[in-house]
Parts: sequence; structure tokens; C-alpha cells
Amino acid sequence: MAALEKITKVTGRAVPVPGDDVDTDRIIPARFMKCVTFDGLGEFAFYDVRYDGEGNKKQHPLNEKRFEGATIMLVGSNFGCGSSREHAPQSLHKFGVRAIIGLSYAEIFFGNSTTLGMPCVSVDKNTLHTLTQFVEAHPEKALTIDLEKMTVTAGENSYPITLAESAHDGLLAGEWDPLALLLNKPEDIEAVADRLHYV
Amino acid sequence: MGKTLFHKVWEDHAVRKLPNGQTQLFIGTHLIHEVTSPQAFGMLRDLGLTVKYPSRTFATVDHIVPTNELVEPYSDPLAQAMIEALRKNTKEFGITFFDTNTGKQGVVHIVGPEQGITQPGTTIACGDSHTATHGAFGAIAFGIGTSQVRDVLATQTMALSPLKVRRINVDGKLAPGVYAKDVILHIIRLLGVNGGIGFAYEYGGEVFDNFSMEERMTVCNMSIEGGARCGYVNPDEKTFEYLKGRPYTPNGAKWEDAVKKWKSYASDKDAEYDDVVNIKAEDIKPTVTWGINPGQAVFIDENLPLLDELDGTDRANAAEAFEHMSLTPGAPIRGTKIDVAFIGSCTNGRLSDLEEAAKYIKGKHVAPGVTAICVPGSQVVAKIAEEKGLDEVFREAGFEWRGAGCSMCLAMNPDKLKGNQLSASSSNRNFKGRQGSPTGRTILMSPVMVAAAAVTGEVCDAREVFGFAETVSA
Repeated sequence: MAALEKITKVTGRAVPVPGDDVDTDRIIPARFMKCVTFDGLGEFAFYDVRYDGEGNKKQHPLNEKRFEGATIMLVGSNFGCGSSREHAPQSLHKFGVRAIIGLSYAEIFFGNSTTLGMPCVSVDKNTLHTLTQFVEAHPEKALTIDLEKMTVTAGENSYPITLAESAHDGLLAGEWDPLALLLNKPEDIEAVADRLHYV
Repeated sequence: MGKTLFHKVWEDHAVRKLPNGQTQLFIGTHLIHEVTSPQAFGMLRDLGLTVKYPSRTFATVDHIVPTNELVEPYSDPLAQAMIEALRKNTKEFGITFFDTNTGKQGVVHIVGPEQGITQPGTTIACGDSHTATHGAFGAIAFGIGTSQVRDVLATQTMALSPLKVRRINVDGKLAPGVYAKDVILHIIRLLGVNGGIGFAYEYGGEVFDNFSMEERMTVCNMSIEGGARCGYVNPDEKTFEYLKGRPYTPNGAKWEDAVKKWKSYASDKDAEYDDVVNIKAEDIKPTVTWGINPGQAVFIDENLPLLDELDGTDRANAAEAFEHMSLTPGAPIRGTKIDVAFIGSCTNGRLSDLEEAAKYIKGKHVAPGVTAICVPGSQVVAKIAEEKGLDEVFREAGFEWRGAGCSMCLAMNPDKLKGNQLSASSSNRNFKGRQGSPTGRTILMSPVMVAAAAVTGEVCDAREVFGFAETVSA
């Protein structure tokens, strides 16, 4: 398998997406999952949040001109809870999101995102508040997430971020998609299969 | 110090430590369905890989199957394309497929147990968050994303970080009219929708000892709604009794060996837990949700919270929920008018759910203006229910009796709420838009509570409506 890019930094403009416990049904409503590839899911990201029943744009940061083209999302706690659908991070990634900064994440969403090379980093409440204010005041200015220094920089200031060690190591080593690692010692897998009572 | 079932199963299935600190874990049983697998098979083909242990993968079709349109081609060409993709993929890679013509099709989490595929001491993965259901049998069962479906197909393993284990004891006796659904809604309300992050939930205590396998499945099913990655109950005689004689269960001389092995996986008496929560069964009453996540719930006789009673984050979430649900803070939930009643889903679409609701709905009728549907979780459930005449009971009461599938739980088939209809639902999620309409509203409750809501046309206390109020303490 081809080597993956090492992800050490993500720089981009950010958009705040308010609310806690934002579930994956909201990130991509079930009716858009009737597909056999992930292609084209980007336009449906947060569809019911962004559009009304007639397909008219609703008032939401994701629809604001000033946040257009933002590649980092600022979110609350337990982001991505609910369904395990990988369609959710896939749709955000195809929408253009390259990293998420929030308070906390649901585990399956977090793992799915890491496998796409889209880091979900955590900050404390005060930092999230500060970053949101910065982005609201300067939507044109980029934030930089530095996974080596474990900081996010906004203007002159840097703030600490956290990220599960396994995700951190995988992104920095270019091993964020584990498939190559899982494939490389088939004899170890077979040894476990042989000793299990039911395989 | 003793070990938990989680740790024993984990150790037995660990292949090796990966450089990033995660464990490569062997997945003994892989369940797949039409929604989260086609892209995984696509990735396999792109990479020139094959399925490593096709005999350990089982497929069925559930989310997109129309429940009132049993002949193909389906009117929705996208649904038809998805079922055909699964047929092609399972055929090409030699995977067992419980297709619609087998008499075994149904919601994947109902099919696995009833076929005897779900067994104690095993690891199970499926591209669906309610895979936690299988933990009722003492399996460690994970909901996964599509890339992990690909990983499991290609290697029969996946990369996972270990979990902490929280033991949740529910001791005492549940009052009449209080069901497994009330127990899990109560647990989620108590511990929060994110309270389980980083944990496996081990459920135990007198209530779980007395629960049937179907009731244990209902609770384990919604572990994910509490943020836990998986939930389980230690295997016991009830587990073995349920599994005996099922199509994929060991038989003959192998049966005794299997039971012995299964018993050995149960948590040791002196097992060490990362956290323990004790709940008294007597404190649990019929519980219904009022908001837009399963933790926003109240007892049926409680009033909705006042915004002033809640702290910052909860208050903002509650305000959003009240607006979406068109409910008033401080008001009672009882008396809220409903438009739709839905009995079904992987949480409450099993035979015992249908039997219990039928027992009370018999001789009664759905209120005018209410659309009521009963959707058996699998073709096996439907067949047994029909042999017992439950379909007639539901039909005579004014319910529609449907074919097997996920139906209006997430509405990927034609069963959807329209506009801002309000649904009394036995399913597992009340998220905005979950039941097919962006403005549709969902109140989660037990199947008997759905039956009572169907009959009265409003959210109500089933114990009063069905006349067992006298057995309930004031």
C-alpha cells in the first residue's frame, strides 16, 4: 500500500458550529446514505441545519459568506455521537474540513475521522470560547493546529490542545489509516484464530 | 485480583500491540448490512485484497428494506441498488447472506442472536452503532465505521484502544409496567449521553439476573446512547438455554465444551472495575424522552425541567430541544398529543416486545388520527408472531402489520414522519430528523407505553390506561 502523508500541521480558516451532543444524524441525515460510494456526500454535510424544507439556505455559520472555505470546525462536547456512520466524517472531509477543534468527541466518530487523516483535537472551555471569539472577529485569519507542539495558534497567541496518544502517533508517523499495519503480520492473526475455541 | 469478562475476551483476542499503542484485536464474528459495507468492499477491490475469513462474516439487509413492499424491484431505485450491491459482494466473496427470500432476513442485531451466531466470549463487530446489543450474550461487540468494516473484511482484525469497565448494578425488583427500556433510559439520564466515553458497560445485579435474553438485549443495545463503546451482561444458564439448538450454535458433543468455555469468560467474583454504579430498581418508573437526545428523559409522572434548573450547557441543549419538540418547560409530558406510534427496531422489535404490547392492546383501538405501525425485527419474529396470532391482534386494534426491517427507526425506507408529526417510538434515537422528517419529533418509550399512547392518542401512563395502576405504589 502507498505510504501516507505525515500530518503534523493543519492551517486554515475556521468556522464555529455551536452546540453539544451534535449527532451524526445531524451531520449527515440518513436519507443521504442511500449510496454505494462516499462520492458527493460533501454537499449534504449538515444539510438540515443549512437548508429548510424547500432547499433555501437557513441562517447558520456554515452558510455565512465570511466563513466560506473554512477548513477547521470549532465544535462543542460529545461531537459526532449516535450512529457509527462513517458517512459523517466523510461528508465533512469532502465538504472541505481538514481538522476539528472541540471539547470532546464520541469515540466511533473520533476513530473514523482519524482514519481519514482528519484530526479531532480537544481544548478546554475557555480556549474554545477564546478561539470562537477570535474567529468571529477575524474570520479571514487562519488558525494553525500544530501536532508536534500540541498547540493551536490564533493570531499572536497559542493554546494547548490534547489528542489521544494513538491518534497523535498515527498522524505524525503517517500511519493514521491502520490497514497496512493490520495486514503486515498475517501469521500472528492466524495464530489467534487457531487458538480461539470458535473460529 | 480477578478479571472482568471484557479483559478476558480482550486478552484472548489480542493479536499484537501496534506502534501507535493500540491493540490489533481479532474479530471473531463480523456482521454486515447494506448501508455501511458497499464502500468497504469497494476499497477492498481498489486495493486488490480479499476477505480473510469469509466463513466468519454474515450479512443481512435491514435499513433500506421497505416493510410494506415485499416484491422487487423496490420503488426506490437507490434501495434496490444497495440490496443488489450486497448480493453481488456476498456472492463474490463467499459470505453467508440472509437475504429476503431466506426467511431469516431482518435487523442485523436481531438476526445474529436468533441464528445463534452471537455467542459468549467472542468479539463481534458490525458497521452499526447498535452492535452493542450482542453484549447481552457476554460478547464484546463494537459498532464500527466503514473503514473498519474494510479492515475486518481484509484481516479479521481491527485497531482498538482498550476501554475501562464500569459495572452498573441494578438491584431489587422492577414494579409492574417498568421495562428494560425504562431501565436503560434511566441509566442514560443518570450518567449522561457522554457518560460512557472510554468505557465498556457491564450490567448486572438482580434485575439483569431476572431479565430474559431479549430484555438484556434491549439494555445493551442502547449502551451507545450513553456514550459507551459496548455493553454486556455476563453469560449464565439463561444465555445457554437461549442459544441451545439454534442453527449456528455448537451441538452434540461440542455443546458441553462450548458451555464450559463460555462460563469461563464471565467476570470473576473479585473482578476489579474502574467504576461502579448502583441503582435501585424501585426508583425506576416508566420513562419517556422529551428532547433531542436519549438522555433528555423524565418519568411519565414528572414535569419537564425548567430552564432555570439547568446549568449552562444543559440549559442551551434543553432550550434547543424545547423549541424543536414544541414543548413547554415545566409542563407535564403526559397529555402531549401524538400522530404516529411505532413499535419495532433493534431495541424493541423482538418477539417479547410484540407479545407484551399485544397483551394490552388486545380489544382496544388506536385513537382517531393516529397512524400506528408494528414492524417485527426479523422474518423469524414475524413468522412466530403470526403463528401466535399477534398480527391479528395488532390489525384489529388498528395497527398496520409490516414486514421485517429497521423501518421508522431511522427512516431509510419509505416509513417516515411527515412535517412536524410527533411519534411515540420504541426505537433508540430521538435526534432531530431521525425518523425521516427534518422537523419530525420523536418521544422514546417502551413498546407497552407506545401501545398506550396509540390507544389514547397522547403520551400517557400505560399502567393507568391498561389497568395495572393498582399494583403501582403511589
